[in-house]
Amino acid sequence: MNDVVEITDLSISFATDGGTVRAVGGVSLTVRKGEVLAIVGESGSGKSVTAKSILGLLPETATTEGAVLLASRDGSHANDIVSLSPSQLREVRGTDVSMVFQEPSTALNPVFTVGWQIAEGLRAHGTVSKAEARREAIEILRKVGIPEPEVRVDHYPHQFSGGQKQRIVIAAALVLNPGLIVADEPTTALDVTVQAEILDLLRRLRDEFGTAIVLITHNMGVVADLADRVVVMYEGMVVEEADVKTLFASPQDPYTRRLLDAVPRIGQGRVHTAEREAARAGARAARAAEGESALAPVVEASHLTIDYPGRFGRKGFRAVDDVSFRIAPGEVLGLVGESGSGKTTIGRALGGLTRITGGSLTVHGFEMLGFSERRFKPLRADIGFVFQDPAASFNPLLTIADAVAEPLVIHGRAESPRDARKRVDELLEAVQLPRSFGDRFPHELSGGQRQRASLARGIALEPSLLIADEPTSALDVSVQARVLELFAELQRAFGFAALFISHDLAVVDLLADRIAVLYRGRLVEEGTGAEVLDHPTDPYTRRLIASLPVPDPVEQAARRAELASIQADSRGR
Amino acid sequence: MATELVPSGHPTTLPPANGSFWGRLPVLKQLRQSVGLQRGMLVAGLAITALFLLVAAFAPLIAPYGFAQLRDDSGPFGAQQPPSATHIMGTTVGGYDVFSRVIWGTQTAVLVIVVAVVFSIFIGILLGLVSGYIGGWLDRVLVVIGDAVYAFPSLLLAIVLSIVISGGQSSLWGGIFAAALSITVVFIPQYYRVIRAETIRIKAEPYVESAKMLGASAPRIMFRHVLRNATRTLPIIFTLNSSEALLTLAGLGFLGFGIEPTAAAEWGYDLNKALSDVTSGIWWTALYPGLAIVLAVLGITLVGESLNDLADPRLRARRRVKARATTATTTATAAAAAPDTTTEEKS
Repeated sequence: MNDVVEITDLSISFATDGGTVRAVGGVSLTVRKGEVLAIVGESGSGKSVTAKSILGLLPETATTEGAVLLASRDGSHANDIVSLSPSQLREVRGTDVSMVFQEPSTALNPVFTVGWQIAEGLRAHGTVSKAEARREAIEILRKVGIPEPEVRVDHYPHQFSGGQKQRIVIAAALVLNPGLIVADEPTTALDVTVQAEILDLLRRLRDEFGTAIVLITHNMGVVADLADRVVVMYEGMVVEEADVKTLFASPQDPYTRRLLDAVPRIGQGRVHTAEREAARAGARAARAAEGESALAPVVEASHLTIDYPGRFGRKGFRAVDDVSFRIAPGEVLGLVGESGSGKTTIGRALGGLTRITGGSLTVHGFEMLGFSERRFKPLRADIGFVFQDPAASFNPLLTIADAVAEPLVIHGRAESPRDARKRVDELLEAVQLPRSFGDRFPHELSGGQRQRASLARGIALEPSLLIADEPTSALDVSVQARVLELFAELQRAFGFAALFISHDLAVVDLLADRIAVLYRGRLVEEGTGAEVLDHPTDPYTRRLIASLPVPDPVEQAARRAELASIQADSRGR
Repeated sequence: MATELVPSGHPTTLPPANGSFWGRLPVLKQLRQSVGLQRGMLVAGLAITALFLLVAAFAPLIAPYGFAQLRDDSGPFGAQQPPSATHIMGTTVGGYDVFSRVIWGTQTAVLVIVVAVVFSIFIGILLGLVSGYIGGWLDRVLVVIGDAVYAFPSLLLAIVLSIVISGGQSSLWGGIFAAALSITVVFIPQYYRVIRAETIRIKAEPYVESAKMLGASAPRIMFRHVLRNATRTLPIIFTLNSSEALLTLAGLGFLGFGIEPTAAAEWGYDLNKALSDVTSGIWWTALYPGLAIVLAVLGITLVGESLNDLADPRLRARRRVKARATTATTTATAAAAAPDTTTEEKS
C-alpha cells in the first residue's frame, strides 16, 4: 500500500448553540508515503477539523461520517479511524500518526522536563526502562537539532526559545517514528527567521525519515516552501487538489486564484509609494512657492528609550533602545520587527499608553517624556489607534454605532451616541460597511468587518496621525487584502500620517512610504521600501528578507539557497 | 456561513439584538438554551423557587392562623399537639400552629434574602470596581479588610452584628435588618472579590485600552466599559448567596439571635425550640421547618448551579447532531439526546 492516509467522503458536523454546523462536507483525499501534503484554506474552511479527524481528535460535539483509512507503521494493515474505539485510537496515536501543534509554548507542560515529556510517548506504548527512554529522548533531541541534548534533556520548557520548543514538540511527535505527522499551523506562532528553520527541519523529516506530513496552513509562502502536493479547502469542501508547482503556476479554481492574488508580495506597493511621494513633493513645492516654511513632523523621536522596570533588586528590561525616527505629515512609516523587538511598545508610547523613560518623543509637538494625562487629553483627538485583534478591541456590550460614536462623545463633538448617529453612518460608509451594521453587536460581524469598524472608530475625529498596530495579523489573507486596500484608500482620502506596525514585510511594503526595521529594541535600518527591501545593508534585515517565504515554489527554492548562504555567512563571521 | 459559525448564545456576549424581550432575560435565556439533565435541574430549581416566592406572597391567604396566634375561638391550641384536622402539622412546644409558622416563615426568609443581597450587591460591586480599576494603596487596604472579614467565622460575625444592630430588642423589621445586615457584612467581600478580579482582567482588555486611547475619563471607562462586562457572573453568585443568606438566618435563629416568635415566624428559631422535642418522639415540630429550609435552599442552589453550568460553554450540554441511520458515529452518546429535539438546519 502506497497511501498512508486515505480519506473518503468525510463529513463532520458540530452541535452548537445555534443548531448544527456542518464543518466538513464530503472531503476525499490521500496522503502518499514520504510526501508533504499541504491543506490550505481560510479560517472556517474545515482544514484543521479534517486533519484532526486523522487522529480522531475531534471534540465530543462532533459527528463524523465517511471513512479515514490510516495505514499502520509497517504498512501491513489499515485502520478506519472513524470506527475505532477510544482504546484502539490510543494504540494508533503516536505509533502510526502524531501531531505537531500550533503554539509550542502551550503544547508543552511547564512542570515536567522536556525529556520526560518526550519519553511519555514511549511509556504509553510499551514498557521501556528509564535509562532507555532517556537515551532515546537524547537521541531524538539531537536529530531535531537541539544543541547539547545530554544536558538539555533535563531542562524545563521555559528554558528554551520558541523555535527550540517547537523542535521539542516535533521531537515528541517523532519519538515512535510514526509514518505520518499532522502539523497544524506549525510555524504560525513563530517569527519569520525561526519559521525558516522549522520548515527546514520538517523538510529533513520527509527526506531523512521518510515521514509523510500533513501540513495545515493559511500561509501560501509556507506551502510553496515545503509542500509536494496541495489541497485547497473552502467552506468544508475541497475545491482544488494539485501538485505544488502546478497549483502556483496555473490555479484552476477561481477561489484558489483569488487566494493566491490576495497574498501580498514584496515590491507590489512601489507604484503607490511613488505616487504618494510625488503628491507630497508637489504639496511641498506649492508651500515653498507661497513662502511658507516646511511643515513640522507629526512625530519625532530622538534617542528614544523605554525601560520596563524590573522586580526589586533586578535590572529592568530595555524594550526600546536609542531609537530615532520622524514621521512627516501625510507619511506612512512602516515599523517591522519580530516579537519582542519593541515595535508595539513604540506604538503604545506614541499613544501615551506606555511612558517613555529616556530620550525624546514629540507627538504633534508635545513632549511625551514625563507627560501628564490631563494636558495630553485634548491631543488624543488628533491621534487614531487601530488595534491588532478587532474581536477584543470592541466592548462586546456596545453596538458598533455606539463604539464608533465613543470618540465623538468623549471629545464633545456629540452629546450622546444617538446624537452622533449621522456622523457614524458616514464613517461606516467610508469604510464600506452598510449603515445597518451600526445596530449590530461586535460578535455579529466577521473579523474583516470588525477591523473595518475599528478603522472607522480610528478616523472618527479625522486625526492627523493614525497608529495601526498589526491591524491585519488576525485576519485571513483575502480579508487582509481588502482591509489593506481600504487603509490605503482612507489614507489617500483623509491624508493622515500613519505609523503602521507589522511583522510582515510584504504587508508593510504594500502601504508604507518608508520602512524602519527594529531588532531587539534597536533601529537597525530605515529607508524607503526600495532601499530597505532591495538593498538591505544590515545583516539582520538581509536575513529577515531572505527568511520570508514567497508564494512561488520555484523562486522559493532559489531563495532557500540564498538564505543558507546568508546563514553560513553570519556563522562564519 | 461565517456569521452562522458564531454561536448565538456566546457566554461573553449579549444575545443578538433581534431576540425577543423575554428571550433576553437572564434566567429565561438559559432556560431556552438548556437541554437534558441540565434543563431538568434548572426547571426543578425554578419550580421550587417559584413555589417559595408564591407561598411568601400569599402567606396571609394560605396560613390558617397567624404566626403568633396561640388560641382561636375554641380556646388555646395546646402545646405539642400531634398533627390533626385542625392543625395539620401539629403545634409547637410554645403552642403555635406549625403549618402556619412554616408558611409565614417563607415571608421572613424572602425579606432577609432580598435585603441582604441588595445591600451587599451594590456596595460590593462599587468597591470592587473602584478598587480593581484604580488599584494602588486603596486596593491593597480594601483587600486586606476583605481578607480580615473572611478570617472571622461568618456566623460569629453575624452574631456580633445582630447584637449591635438590634440592641437586644426584637421587632419584625429590626430582626430582619439585623439578620440581613449581618449577612451583608459577610457577603460584601464576596461580591467585592469577584468584581475586583473581573475588573482587573477587563482593565487589560484592548477595548478598555482603546477607550483610554480616545481619552475617556476614568469614571466613564469604569461605568460604561468595565462595569457591565464585569457583572456577567453575578446571577450565579446572587443565587448561591441567597441560599447562604437563608442558611445564615436559620443559623442565627437556631442560636437564639434571630427574630422573636411574636415579631415574625422564623424557621431557625422553631428548630431551636424543637431541640428537646426530638428526643421525646415529637417529630413534627422539627421536621417541617427543617424541610422548609432544605427545600428553599435546594431550589435556589439548583438554579444557581445550573446557571453556572450553562454559562460555561465547556459544561453546557447541546442538542446533538442527529446521525443518519446509515452511518456509524464514533460517539455513542448521540442516543442521549432527548427524542423531542429537532435539529435545526441553519444552512
